[in-house]
Amino acid sequence: MALIETETAPERIELHAEHHPHLAHHFESMEQQREAGTLGMWWFLLTEIMFFGGMFLAYTVYRHIYFDAFAAGSNVLSIWWGTFNTAVLIASSLTMALAVFHAQMGNSRKVVRFLLFTIILGTIFLRVKYIEYSDKFEEHVFPAGDFRWPIEHEANRPNNVGDMLLMLIGAEPLNSSPQGPEHAFSVKVTTKYAEKGPYYGVGGQVPEEVQDPGFGGHVRMYFWLYFAMTGFHALHMIIGIGLLLMLAWQARKGKFSREYHSYIELTGLYWHFVDIVWIFLFPLLYLVDRHL
Amino acid sequence: MIHHSLLAMSWMLPEQASSYAPEVDHLYEFLVGTTIFFCVLIFAAILFFFVKYRRRSSDEIPRPIAGSMVLESAWTIIPFIISLFMFAWGAKIYLQEYTIPNDALDIYVVGKQWMWKFQHPEGQREINELHLPVGRKIRFIMATEDVIHSFFIPAFRMKEDIVPGPNRYTTVWAEPTMTGQFHIFCAEYCGTSHSGMIGWVTVMNDRDYQNWLSGGAAEGSMADRGASLFQQLGCITCHRSDAQGQCPRLEGIYGKEQLMSDGQKVVADDSYIRESVLSPLAKIVAGYQPIMPSFQGQVSEEQIQELIAYIKSIGPPETTNATPGTMKGSTKISAPGSNPAAKPPIMTTGGATIVAPQTEKAQPAQLPQQTPGQNQ
Amino acid sequence: MSMTPLTATAGRLTSEGEPLNYLNNGHGLKSWLLTKDHKRIALLYLFSVSFFFIIGGIFALLIRINLLSPEGLFNPDTYNRIFTAHGIIMVFLFLVPAVPAVLGNFLLPIMIGAKDLAFPKINLLSWYCYVVAGIFLTVALIAGGIDTGWTFYTPYSTSYSNSNVLLAGVGIFIAGFSSILTGINFIVTVHTMRAPGMTWFRLPLFIWAHYATALVIMLGTPVLAITLSLMALERVAHVGIFDPAMGGDPVLFQHMFWFYSHPAVYIMVLPAMGVVSELIANLARKNIFGYKFVAMSSLAIAVFGFLVWGHHLFVSTQSIYLGIIFSFLSYAVAIPSAIKVFNWTATLFKGSISYDTPMIYGLGFIGLFLIGGMTGLFVAALGIDVHVTDTYFVIAHFHYVMVGGSLMGFLGGMHLWWGKITGRMYPEYWARAAMVIQFVGFNLTFFPQFILGYLGMPRRYAAYPPEFQVLHVLSTAGATILGLGMLITIIYFIWSLKNGERAPANPWGASGLEWRTSSPPPTENFLETPVVTWEAYEFAPIETMDVLGYPGDPGKPSQPVPAEHGTED
Repeated sequence: MALIETETAPERIELHAEHHPHLAHHFESMEQQREAGTLGMWWFLLTEIMFFGGMFLAYTVYRHIYFDAFAAGSNVLSIWWGTFNTAVLIASSLTMALAVFHAQMGNSRKVVRFLLFTIILGTIFLRVKYIEYSDKFEEHVFPAGDFRWPIEHEANRPNNVGDMLLMLIGAEPLNSSPQGPEHAFSVKVTTKYAEKGPYYGVGGQVPEEVQDPGFGGHVRMYFWLYFAMTGFHALHMIIGIGLLLMLAWQARKGKFSREYHSYIELTGLYWHFVDIVWIFLFPLLYLVDRHL
Repeated sequence: MIHHSLLAMSWMLPEQASSYAPEVDHLYEFLVGTTIFFCVLIFAAILFFFVKYRRRSSDEIPRPIAGSMVLESAWTIIPFIISLFMFAWGAKIYLQEYTIPNDALDIYVVGKQWMWKFQHPEGQREINELHLPVGRKIRFIMATEDVIHSFFIPAFRMKEDIVPGPNRYTTVWAEPTMTGQFHIFCAEYCGTSHSGMIGWVTVMNDRDYQNWLSGGAAEGSMADRGASLFQQLGCITCHRSDAQGQCPRLEGIYGKEQLMSDGQKVVADDSYIRESVLSPLAKIVAGYQPIMPSFQGQVSEEQIQELIAYIKSIGPPETTNATPGTMKGSTKISAPGSNPAAKPPIMTTGGATIVAPQTEKAQPAQLPQQTPGQNQ
Repeated sequence: MSMTPLTATAGRLTSEGEPLNYLNNGHGLKSWLLTKDHKRIALLYLFSVSFFFIIGGIFALLIRINLLSPEGLFNPDTYNRIFTAHGIIMVFLFLVPAVPAVLGNFLLPIMIGAKDLAFPKINLLSWYCYVVAGIFLTVALIAGGIDTGWTFYTPYSTSYSNSNVLLAGVGIFIAGFSSILTGINFIVTVHTMRAPGMTWFRLPLFIWAHYATALVIMLGTPVLAITLSLMALERVAHVGIFDPAMGGDPVLFQHMFWFYSHPAVYIMVLPAMGVVSELIANLARKNIFGYKFVAMSSLAIAVFGFLVWGHHLFVSTQSIYLGIIFSFLSYAVAIPSAIKVFNWTATLFKGSISYDTPMIYGLGFIGLFLIGGMTGLFVAALGIDVHVTDTYFVIAHFHYVMVGGSLMGFLGGMHLWWGKITGRMYPEYWARAAMVIQFVGFNLTFFPQFILGYLGMPRRYAAYPPEFQVLHVLSTAGATILGLGMLITIIYFIWSLKNGERAPANPWGASGLEWRTSSPPPTENFLETPVVTWEAYEFAPIETMDVLGYPGDPGKPSQPVPAEHGTED
C-alpha cells in the first residue's frame, strides 16, 4: 500500500497507509513532517538571533560610549587570523550546501564526503580560535584573569599565509619576530594611538599615578565582550560539528535517502546561521577603527 | 490646602506636602473615578446577564450572535481616547516633576547601605534626618556609594533612583508646601537592611529653619570644607589660580561649557566635576595633557560634593538657560540668600608645601569589590 | 453542525475490559518518565507545577506572617530570602509554565485535531529542563537562599549579594529553555498539524492565545537567557559590563531584564485569557462575540508587549523623553485587553449561562483582571508611577493580573477540563465554595495593598512604620482565607481522582474538538482523524455531537445549521 493523500480542499481524506519507516506516528505524511522540522528550525534560529542580540546590544552601547577603548582593544586582535577564519567558515558553508544538495539527490557517498569537508573546515576554525585565545591569555588580556593594560609582551601574530599555515600545525612561524618593523599590530597601534598617550597602546610605561581604572577597564570590557561573543559562537560551532559527525556516521550507514534527509537540511540551516553570526562578529570585533 | 474631589478618600492619601502633590492626587482621583465607572459598568452588565440569561433548561442552545462592528469600534476608540487623556496628563506632571527649576536650594544626598546622608550648603550634615524650609524649591543632588537606592518621600510624591556610576548624579526636586514630619524611604531594594534605610524629613517655616541652620555646624559651609579638601588632596598644586598652564583653571567654570580634546563640548555641572575627580581621563579639556590621577577611593561622596560646592563658589555663576527636561540638572543657581557663592576664593592660601597625594592607598571600606588588573 | 461521517472503528480495550485511553495505555514509572505523549507530559507538568505552586504559596504566607507586625517577625535577611523565593518560584516555576505547559500541552493538539505536538521528544525534554531548573532553584533556596529579589538588579546581584545568585541564574536559564522548547512546539504544531478543515479562523481562541504566547516566549526568553548569563559571568569575573565602578551601566541590565520580563507578564496572562474565552463560550453556549477581534487582540498584545518594557524604568534615570514614549505605548497595549473584556461581557448577552464552577471562575477572572488592568493605567501614567512604583500599589496591581488573572484562569481551566484530563468530575458544591472563598480571600489580601501603596509603603520591606499595620493585618487575614480556598481545591481535586463521578465525553455540552473524543482521550487523541466542517463555538444539541470513532456513544446524523455567523463585516 502506498500513502495516498488527496488534497481535496478543505478536507484531506487519509486512506490507511503504510508508513515510511522514518515517518513519526503523529504525522500524516513525510511532507508534513519535513515542513514541521524546517519551521521548527527557523523558529529556533530566531530565538538564537535574540540570544546573540542581547550581546550585540551590550556591544553597541559600550562601543558607542567607549569607542577609543574598543578601537584599542580591536587592534590587539590579529586581522590575519580573523580574515582567515572568515574565509574558512564561508568555505564550510559552501561544503555544507553541497552536502545538502547531494542529500536531496540521494547521493549518499557525496553527502558523507561533503559533511566531512565541513567538519574539517569547522575544526580548522576552532583550531585558529584556540590559537587566538592562547595569544590573548599570553598577552594578559583575558578579562577574567590577570588582565593587564597596556600590553607588555606580545604574542606571535602571523602576517602572511605561510606563517598561518605553520602556526596551524603548531610550528614556529618563519617571520617570528613579534617586534618586527612591518609587524602589523605594533606599527598600527603605536602610530595610531601614540599621540593619545601611552595607555592607549602597547608597551609604554604609564606613570602609576596617571593610571585611570577607566581606560584599561573599558578595554577589558571590550575583551570581555570579545570572549563572550566568540565563546558563545565557538560553542555553537562545537555543537554543530557534533551534529555533523553524527549525520556523517548515519549517512555512511545509509540512513538518508531522497525522501528522507531533513536532518541534513536542518543541520545545514543551523550551520549557515552560525556562519552568519560570524560574518557579523568579524567586522564588529576585528575591524573597529582599522582603516589605516 | 487639600481639595479632594473625593473627600471620602482622604484617609487613603498621604499628606500633600509638595507643590506637585495635589496635581498627582487629582490625576489619581480621576483614574479612580474612571476605574469605578468601568468596573461598575462591566460588573453590572455581567450580573444582569448572569441572572437574566441563566440557563433554564439543560438542552437550550441560544442563537449565535455574530458581533458588531459598531460596538467593536466604540470600545476600541473610546478607551483609546480616554487613555490618551490619561497619558497626556501623566506626562505633564512627569515633566513638571523632572524639570529642575533654576532657583532651587541644593541639598546633597548620599545613599549607602543602609542610611541616608544629607549635606546642606551651609555645612550642616545629617543622617536619616533632613530639615527643609517650607515654600522653597529644593534640588536634591544625589549619589550612592554602593548599590542602587531610590529616594522616596511619599508626602512629596517624589521618587528617583540613585544609580551608581562615576559620571552620574541623579537630580530631583520638590517644593515643600506644608510644615511637619514626613517619611523618607528607600524604594529600591538594596540589601539586608533595605527596610531600615528610612528617615524623616522635617519641613520647617523659614524662621525655624534659619534657627536650625545657625545651631550646630561648626565646621563651616560645604564650600569651606571643600576649600580645605582642595588643599589637603593637593588639587591646588596643579589647579592653581596663577595658572602655570598644567591644568585647567577652575574659577568660574561651573555651569559653563568646556571644550574637550576630542571636540566634544561639555557643561561643567555637578556630574561632570564628579566624573573629573573619579575618572579624570574620561574627558580631557582641550589643550591639556591627561595627567590627572584618579581620586577614586580617596574621597568620599560627601567630600566630592564639598569639592563641587567649593568649585561652584569660586567664580560668579553665570546665567545660562536651564535645559528643561534633562534628568541631570545641569542648571545653575542664581543665588538666593543661602547660596555660598559669596564666599571669597580661598586659593591664595595655597602653597608649595602641599604634598602630592599618595596613590597607593587603602581601598575604601565601602567598596567591597576592587577593580583588579589595572596595575602592573 | 455537520460532520463528515467517519467509519467508526471500535476502540481497543485494556485487559480489564476498559476502553484504552492515554492513562491506562502503559503502566509503571518508566511509561511516564519516558513518555512522548503530550497528555502525559502535561500531567507531569501539572504535578511539578503544582508542587512548586504549593512551595511558592507557603513562602507567600510566610511573607504575610512576617508583616503582621511592624517590626517584622523574621529578621530582615530571612525575610529578603523569603520574598525572593516567593517571586522566583511563582514567576519562573509556576506562572510562566502553568497554563501553557499543562493545559496548553494537553489541549493544543486535541483542539486542532492533531495526534500530538510536532516534536514529542522535545516536549519531554522541555519537562526535563523544567525539572532540572527546579532542582537548581531548590538547591539555591535550601543552601542559603537568594536575597536579590526576583529582578536581580545589578550591581547588588553582581557585587554585593552573598547569596546563591549564580545557582539561581543557571536555574532560570534552564527554565527559559524549557519555555522556548514548548513555544517552538506550539507554533510549529499550529502551523503544520491542524486537522483537515481546521482553518485559522476556526481555531478556538485558546489556540490563538497560545500561539501569541509562543511568539512572546520565542522572542523574549532568549534575551533573558543572555541577560542572566552576562550577569552570572559578571558576578564570577567582575569585568564591568553592568558594574558602574568599571564603566558599566546597571540601567542596561534593567533594560535587558525587562525586555524579557515585561513580555513575560503576557506569557503568564495570555494563555489564561485563552482559557477564559473557552470558559465563557462553552458555559454560556454562545460563540464569542467578535471572535476575530479577540483573536487579533492576542496578537496585538504579543506585539505591543515588546514595546513597553521601559515603563519599569520611569524613575531609573532613563531619559524622560524615553519615559514619555514608553508611557504612551503602555496605554496602547491596554486597548487590546479592554477589547477582550468587552467582548467576553458581550458574549454573555442572550447566552444560556450555566452556574457551574468554570463559569464562575471565568467571571471571577474578568472582575479581577478588570481591576488589575485598570490599575495598570495608573502605573502607566508617568506622574502617578513616580509615586507608586516600587510600592505596594504595584504589588497589588500585578497580583490582580497574575493571581486574579493567570491563576483564576488556570483554575477555571482545570475545572473545565478536569473531567477530560482525569476521566472524573470534581465535586461541584465544593468547587463553587472554594472559588467563592478564594475570591473573597484574594480581594481582602490585595485590595488593601493598593491603599498601602499609595500611602507610600515601599515593597520588599521587612519592617514598616506602625501606621500601616491595620492594612497589613487585613492583607494577611485575606491571604489566610485565600490559602484555605486553595487547600480545599487541592483536596477535592485529589479526592475526585478516585471518588469523582465518571466524566462523559462532553459534560458541558461544549463545542470544540476536545469534547468529541472520550474522557480521558486515547493515546492518539482520536480514533479517526477528525475533519472539521464547523466554525469555532458552534453549539448544537449534545445528542448530535458525534464522539469520533466511538460506536457506543450517541452518533446521530448531524444536522446542518444555518451558517449565519463568524462574519463581523
